[in-house]
Amino acid sequence: MADSPLPGLLDRVASAAGRVLRDHLGVDGERLDQLVAFAGRRLTGEFEVDPFGFDPELTETVLLPLLRPLYQHWFRVEVRGIENVPETGAALVAANHSGTLPLDSLMTQLAVHDTHPKTRHLRALGATLVFQLPVVADLARKSGTTLACNEDVEALLGSGELVGVWPEGFKGVGKPFSQRYKLQRFGRGGFVSAALRTKAPIIPCSIVGAEEIYPMIGNAESLARLLGLPYFPLTPTFPWLGPLGLVPLPSKWIIEFGEPIRTDDYPPGAADDPMVVFELTDQVRDTIQATLIELLELRGPAFG
Amino acid sequence: MVVGVARYLGARLAERLSAEASVDRVVGVDLVEPTQSIGGAEFVRADIRTSDIGRAIDRVAPDTVVHMNILATRADAGGRTPQKEINVIGTMQLLAACQRSRSVRKVVVKSSTTVYGSGPQSPALFAEDMVAGAHSRRGYEKDAGEVEAYVRGFSRRRPDVGVTILRFANVLGPQIRTGLTDYFMLPVVPVVLGRDPRFQLVHELDCIEALRLATVEHRPGIFNVAGDGFLVLSQALRRAGRPGLPLPTLNTPFVGGVLKRAGIVDMDSALVRFLTYGRGVETTRMRTQLKFDPVFSTVATFDAFADERTRGGLLDRDRIRTVEHAVRNILTGEDTRGR
Repeated sequence: MADSPLPGLLDRVASAAGRVLRDHLGVDGERLDQLVAFAGRRLTGEFEVDPFGFDPELTETVLLPLLRPLYQHWFRVEVRGIENVPETGAALVAANHSGTLPLDSLMTQLAVHDTHPKTRHLRALGATLVFQLPVVADLARKSGTTLACNEDVEALLGSGELVGVWPEGFKGVGKPFSQRYKLQRFGRGGFVSAALRTKAPIIPCSIVGAEEIYPMIGNAESLARLLGLPYFPLTPTFPWLGPLGLVPLPSKWIIEFGEPIRTDDYPPGAADDPMVVFELTDQVRDTIQATLIELLELRGPAFG
Repeated sequence: MVVGVARYLGARLAERLSAEASVDRVVGVDLVEPTQSIGGAEFVRADIRTSDIGRAIDRVAPDTVVHMNILATRADAGGRTPQKEINVIGTMQLLAACQRSRSVRKVVVKSSTTVYGSGPQSPALFAEDMVAGAHSRRGYEKDAGEVEAYVRGFSRRRPDVGVTILRFANVLGPQIRTGLTDYFMLPVVPVVLGRDPRFQLVHELDCIEALRLATVEHRPGIFNVAGDGFLVLSQALRRAGRPGLPLPTLNTPFVGGVLKRAGIVDMDSALVRFLTYGRGVETTRMRTQLKFDPVFSTVATFDAFADERTRGGLLDRDRIRTVEHAVRNILTGEDTRGR
């Protein structure tokens, strides 16, 4: 292209147009320039993803900014205890799960990124269903989520990542509104075994506010079975108001990271000892449950 | 002895081995005569699906057999039935001959990471000991699994023979032709709507080098072989300058049928699942035990292929860059080229 006269002409036209834009219209060139450079990198495929499909550039430039208004203005998320999340090295954040749609995991990811001094990325673990759905699977991988299986958790913790797990799974997310802030069973404690095996500390994380976003007052079980979903929620607004019913209620959120529970002073083989695993699982669960009750007092009315 | 010498990688390996000082004699076996140079290697015609192959092994009395006659694309074999016959029956015949032979000391099998399958429940990285059960597998994925099962059976019956299984990620490069190269060379590439699978690649030269290493050195075991790093499909298409066409599924008889009948690309179920869910494999064992370091990363492999084969596409990278520079010149009023 260098010896064709076209680019030279283009350049001259371009810089003239640029002067007009800058001097007369007051457009912030630098910011736009960065965006165009970003678009250029995306369109030519000059970016990197890690083995789990995590695309940090896309996450920081597009995905997190899309969630930020919801986080700041709608849910008014307050973060406590971020100093309990280590600056470097592996750690496993275990949190309660609620809200019919798992917005709590997205908000926790954003909370860690925006308030942590090292802007760490929380690598979330998702259910198989997440990876069966088109678009959702794709966005999940790109934002750093991977399948909640032992191999992936241990690989992530082994490479010093900060991993987020919601051990209640669908039992937590899809529980009826009447059960709000009552923790469900914490699975088989697979996350505790993984933490023990990699000697990563477990950080109990309590999320208040997600329970009220889509109060689930009913479950159309036969419809859920038909669609192959774990539940089909009926809320005061969904599905009655159609797409409008998908707008979450603007509850006030508090996310608190508790003190890390160390796992590095257990004897080898503890990860396969069901007694140790269940004990630790209960300890994490009780800590979160107790903190939830405290935080609920502190928050006061849900929509205040 | 290199079995499957008429195809590109087989021919190149035979050529490479015949230049090796520590190898006295290289014999290439296939049903048809290789069209490419096999260097100083001798060609022996034998049908791997029959006892022909046993007679060839008796006659040649090789100490090492490299099995490269496992076909990933049914078009190469002339349909799914012959493909399965060549892969499964061929491997059985070949291994039976090796088991009977007194000369064979080493067997190297060119397998593929397809044995792991791909799906929503796949872990991000498969390690060598994580081959799932054979349920829900069809087509080439099933073949690849069965071939390895026969190889494991063989190594139980002949523990004195060193067996190396190399599971290659998709091989790509400036020369080789596979289902995936055909796919990336389509002017408009069909992709699955809402899916952006991630994958690893091996450069054709790295593939040949890994096979050479396993043939010349003694490195028994099962190894994943893949270049460093990952690509996602959308990124690969942009690097190739090809627009993607999102379709709800690639598995419909309509889409698959049109592409196949037009002789453009033949996508079987294994390739479709790969293009939906992607796949990743752990390569630590390749470095520590096979002691092999690929020269080309996944991205470098793709670029080597794209530079040679997909230039001048609709969304060529040079064109995008020209536009980008023009737009940035507008915004900053300076020349951004060379930055």
